[in-house]
Amino acid sequence: MVKKWFARPTRQWWLWSGINLGLIAYFGYAFVAPPSSVKASLLPGETTHGHYQIELDCNACHSPTTDSAEHSAGNVMTDACNRCHADQLKRVNDTHPAKKFRDPTNAESLSILDAQDCLTCHREHVPEQTASMGLTLPTDYCWHCHDDVGESRPSHAEMKFDSCATAGCHNYHDNLALYEKFLDDHYGEPDHLITAVVPARDFASQWRGGHTHVGPLGIEDSDGPNRASSDPTILTDWFETAHAVAGINCSGCHESRDAAGANTWNDTVEMSVCETCHKPQTDSFQTGKHGMRLAMGMSPMQPSLARLSMHAGASHQNLNCNACHAGHRFDTQYAAVDACQQCHADSHTLAYANSSHAQLWRAEMAGELPAGSGVSCATCHMPRIAGDDGIWVNHDQNAVLRPSESMAREVCGHCHGIEYALSALADPDLAISCYDAPPRDRIRSLGMAHDYFEARRQKSNR
Amino acid sequence: MKRNEFHTTVSTHNRCNQANTALATFATAAAVVALLCTSGCSDPAAASSSPSSVGISPQKFADGVHAVMMADRTVYATHVVTNLKKQSSPVSADEYWQDSTNAIPLPAQMFRMGAELVDENPEAGFTYSLRSEWPLNEQHKAKSEFETEALKYIAANPGENYYGEEELGGTKYFVAVYPDRAVAEACWSCHNEHPDRGADYPEFGKDDVMGGVLVRVPMP
Repeated sequence: MVKKWFARPTRQWWLWSGINLGLIAYFGYAFVAPPSSVKASLLPGETTHGHYQIELDCNACHSPTTDSAEHSAGNVMTDACNRCHADQLKRVNDTHPAKKFRDPTNAESLSILDAQDCLTCHREHVPEQTASMGLTLPTDYCWHCHDDVGESRPSHAEMKFDSCATAGCHNYHDNLALYEKFLDDHYGEPDHLITAVVPARDFASQWRGGHTHVGPLGIEDSDGPNRASSDPTILTDWFETAHAVAGINCSGCHESRDAAGANTWNDTVEMSVCETCHKPQTDSFQTGKHGMRLAMGMSPMQPSLARLSMHAGASHQNLNCNACHAGHRFDTQYAAVDACQQCHADSHTLAYANSSHAQLWRAEMAGELPAGSGVSCATCHMPRIAGDDGIWVNHDQNAVLRPSESMAREVCGHCHGIEYALSALADPDLAISCYDAPPRDRIRSLGMAHDYFEARRQKSNR
Repeated sequence: MKRNEFHTTVSTHNRCNQANTALATFATAAAVVALLCTSGCSDPAAASSSPSSVGISPQKFADGVHAVMMADRTVYATHVVTNLKKQSSPVSADEYWQDSTNAIPLPAQMFRMGAELVDENPEAGFTYSLRSEWPLNEQHKAKSEFETEALKYIAANPGENYYGEEELGGTKYFVAVYPDRAVAEACWSCHNEHPDRGADYPEFGKDDVMGGVLVRVPMP
């Protein structure tokens, strides 16, 4: 009979020691390793759709606060949430900011529902109890503080205690599109507005206004190396587009100054270079799902890492500025539709081509409709925002999906009545069909807000 | 806390404020002198440090910050809001100022936003708020038995403040409640005509007590 080699106790001891050491080494390395699949073994559970891209960078959320006295689970997480979301909450005029609850008289209410701590409502790694918007608490939470709403708003008296946070009524943080004054202001609008165009971007004119000493450049002015051997389309693309018109030469993007003060030519252009002129665009890109990994210092997002359906051929496309604004043409028309469709293959994206929105876009591209009357993917997911420096494009393609009702104010309202828009956004079937039909049911929020203000106006006139 | 109970334990209303303050100052000074003597009266450095070790009482502190906040609010109500109204200016104070053209915040909203900024500031060390028996904004109604009692007292006793202690969420607070008066025509005319006024809403006029300003100082 053949004796197996591990029959001896000494050998068994070495075997088990080896296995244990291997396990310890593996998990020990996982603790200190940079974000990588090794760390997946440490995940206590799947993260939400908002965070899975960065879930392997544990420190993105779990790094300790600088003040050890302040270090607690709640503080660490609230700090982490604020690092990425504080500005977004400010921008949407957060309805329930922590500062509203700091008054000591709220102590009793806070002991029931601690509205100052993000983790009260949003936990991570608990997919079995996570609802949309990353909510992990029962849906009757509004009731704990607003159970007397029927006294001041009799119209709300009979409403169910878990029905507040629905499309067309209320959201916890962002109520800009559902704000009562806004709803009343837009009461009675037609479904389709007569002037249905999005605001025109004016970044180029703003830039030229601030750089009057720089004139447009011609092909002969280009200062790139090896002009003779270069692809000629590079030069024509550059010459025919905004960078040459704005006086930005090849060296403006491709050259950087090294420590010794010498100029170095770079064939690839980092996002930090784009950022020197396009800061709002690059900043907002990094707060959305396309760029959030870059914001964390991780490798760029790739379609192969996505949870949504993507085209297999695009699996390893790196998502940086060039992913949508390719080459030297920086084609915003390509970026608005084709760039999205080269990766995305979910039902909403696939339905776009046959939608009425796409027909408008094609008509605009063919010159049959005025500029801004077509509806591209970017029209809805990268809204044009009126800022201090003119109209610019928010490159956070998730901004108006947090929640999707916020799209009514920043996007749909350019072409549609708000009641129509909110009703459409509340219909999950229309979200799949890319809003290719009128909403079946109409939400009541605008009528209720109007009745409320009407009653107030009549009372004031008495 | 019942008011009578509070009278015997804590303090005080304006009329007896001065006497009490003087007494408290004397007692504190005596204690400090006694302490300094035991630790070496002859040390000039120790003697010169005595003012900082005395500090100010929570009531004195509350009276001081209340004086500042009311001065600012009165200036806003009188010289900004009322002045705009008198000039029939296209700019007006409006509850929905954020979403309206040519609109500025109402005085009560300005006050509340200031209170929220102070709440956010970890260095502030106190909180303040606006309350009323007849709030147009339901967020400004009394939140505790103490607050209800205080609002009733300042309405029934014009010219007096209400001071006491209250425990909330395991922390003890010194609470000062000051009458909030109708100082500018814009205040009472807007309130009297407001569509959100309840059936029992009084008809306010100049200097009427419309509510109370609360200053809360956490106690050790």
